[in-house]
Amino acid sequence: MPHSVARTSADWRAPGFVSSTLTIARKDLLIELRSRSVILAALAFAVLAITIFFFAWDPTAVASIDLAPGVLWVIFTFSGLLGLHRSFGVEQPTRAMDALLAAPVGREAIYLGKLLANLSFVIVVQAVSLPTVALLYNVPVRGYVWPLIGVVLLAAVGLVAVGTLFSSMAVSTRLAELLLPLLALPFFVPVILPAAQATARLMSGRPVSEVSGYISILGSFDVVFLVVCTLLYPYTLEQ
Amino acid sequence: MPQSNETAPGIPSLEAVDLVRAFGRRRAVNGVSISLQPGDCLALFGPNGAGKTTLLRMLGGLLRPTAGNAAIDGLPLPGDESVRARVGLVSHQTMLYDALTARENVEFSARMYGVRGVREAAAMVLDQLGATPFADLRVQSLSRGMQQRVSVARAIVHQPTVLLADEPFTGLDASGAGALTGILRKLRDSGATIVIVTHNLDEALALCTSAAIMRDGRFVRLDHAPIPAREEYTALYRELSVDAA
Amino acid sequence: MKFSKLGAVAILAVVGAYIRAIFFTPFDALQGPVQKIFYVHVASGFVGLYLGFGLVFVASVLYLWLRDPKLDRVAASSAEVGFVFTSVVLITGPLWGRPVWGTYWAWDAKLTLTLFLWFIFAGYIILRGAIDDFEMRARFSAVLGILGALLVPFIHLSVYFFRTLHPMPVLLKPSAPSISREMLITISAWLCAFILLYAWLLRERYLLAVDRDAAMEGSA
Repeated sequence: MPHSVARTSADWRAPGFVSSTLTIARKDLLIELRSRSVILAALAFAVLAITIFFFAWDPTAVASIDLAPGVLWVIFTFSGLLGLHRSFGVEQPTRAMDALLAAPVGREAIYLGKLLANLSFVIVVQAVSLPTVALLYNVPVRGYVWPLIGVVLLAAVGLVAVGTLFSSMAVSTRLAELLLPLLALPFFVPVILPAAQATARLMSGRPVSEVSGYISILGSFDVVFLVVCTLLYPYTLEQ
Repeated sequence: MPQSNETAPGIPSLEAVDLVRAFGRRRAVNGVSISLQPGDCLALFGPNGAGKTTLLRMLGGLLRPTAGNAAIDGLPLPGDESVRARVGLVSHQTMLYDALTARENVEFSARMYGVRGVREAAAMVLDQLGATPFADLRVQSLSRGMQQRVSVARAIVHQPTVLLADEPFTGLDASGAGALTGILRKLRDSGATIVIVTHNLDEALALCTSAAIMRDGRFVRLDHAPIPAREEYTALYRELSVDAA
Repeated sequence: MKFSKLGAVAILAVVGAYIRAIFFTPFDALQGPVQKIFYVHVASGFVGLYLGFGLVFVASVLYLWLRDPKLDRVAASSAEVGFVFTSVVLITGPLWGRPVWGTYWAWDAKLTLTLFLWFIFAGYIILRGAIDDFEMRARFSAVLGILGALLVPFIHLSVYFFRTLHPMPVLLKPSAPSISREMLITISAWLCAFILLYAWLLRERYLLAVDRDAAMEGSA
């Protein structure tokens, strides 16, 4: 067996940050694709919840267009949590996390890679929920699809940024499944509130300029928490 | 920043000086010193709780020493990427993703270590471990012995200079253990440095050039080649390992 | 529990502020005697949020930097004491709200988000309960402490985007506070009393943590 790649190959370079991040994201998505169990559960939950809310509400008391934003964002939150739990859970059974930590990859790349995978997960669920809600609740979407997608993306980033970090912590504790929602939900509120308000306004035909305030809250939340969570992630690892 | 990836001759491939690791007030590793050259193989014995796993985790860059120094090829641990790239880690846990195939696992590891020609390197190393027949099966459908082979493939695909193996023989039957010993011997012969933690005296003594017994965080015995005869060593091991309270 | 001087002073201060509020402060023109709950409510809010959580934040940052276990104990103690004060805010809120607004609870921004802050404190305490290892517990608590503190500005930010039942900030407005001088004195008295109370409870809780940690280390 020849000598070490690292030792004698003068042009060995550690894998780049972006490359490692994408490799890890891809690996997580591949695993999820193989078993599909969590994404299917999340989608099933989403569609079921949308249907149940529909049957559980009194159409004479609340117009469906008023109900829709709430339903949408409740589902977003809880299916997001479903996806987040498996994020670090997948590294537990065979201690694959050790192999990740031993590799010449920055810790931030691990966090961001998993964040990207979680983001994809959440976006897939939203991509199914949105049309389903629009269809079943008779909500007109023409004219504000793009602003709505923007709101969804911004909210997804915020949710996933905080959720991925907490998922990393929760997985090493007792009561992991309980602790993740308990810790994360208060942080989801500054995401869900503006998102739901913006969605409600857009759905009732208000101009985009009226929701710019909500969008800027979402945007600043994303920036602040993305940066801080990336910085704090290494502290959730044993040194 | 350009950095020489060559190592000057004479520098030990693995070195530790008075390594200490404390957890709160408890010292899991309490002053360990080693120096190993390429081609050396150190068998590490000792009762449970002696600190062997903690020592290996420090050498593998997973834990920061509380005190003392360690270096791989002269580069200090815990270090940057170029240090971590020289180490391979194997344990009784496979560190594999059950839902992925053997090949996908090894290729993932290769990518994480910046290996050029990921596909070829993975194929080559799977072949060396006799894992090609089941390379495209999901890890969860493989037997323990096959999984361990894939795990070793994962650990050596980047051709590390130092291989740290923490009880790698656990759960392997005779043929699996034999295969693993063969692989480790080949690695040793090609210049890698190996540290094996094991309870398996036979395999380890046949393979290794040095042997140490660890207890309460330090080496109570360290023998370099030639290692005492097996019977003598077994007696020594029993005597030093018993009553580790 | 031996009674320290600080404890005695704190309790006296609270009693003094109470007497001041009940007997020496005029009623509010609109709200009547019920308005007096305002003093407890606001003082608790101030202490719970700024002192309680502020200290958790500072201690958390310092812990991650210096790794001194004392800092972890300070953070934990401050979180528990802050939790108590925040609970007082949430209890006095409805007590004040019912007579004045006609409803015990209003899902307006400020109350709702105080409730979520309470959840963060609770989460912090539960997180600590779910981890046995000292070092991991301290590290994770510090991370949560920092994140929770960063959430607070977003809470404040959200207040201004919602029309709210909650009275707009009356004391911390840039211009002069729009309450009478008498009420201002009373609220300051309550604030001082609660700050002293906080300091005393913090110290007691900290000492308890020292004892507890020493016992655990000893038995480990």
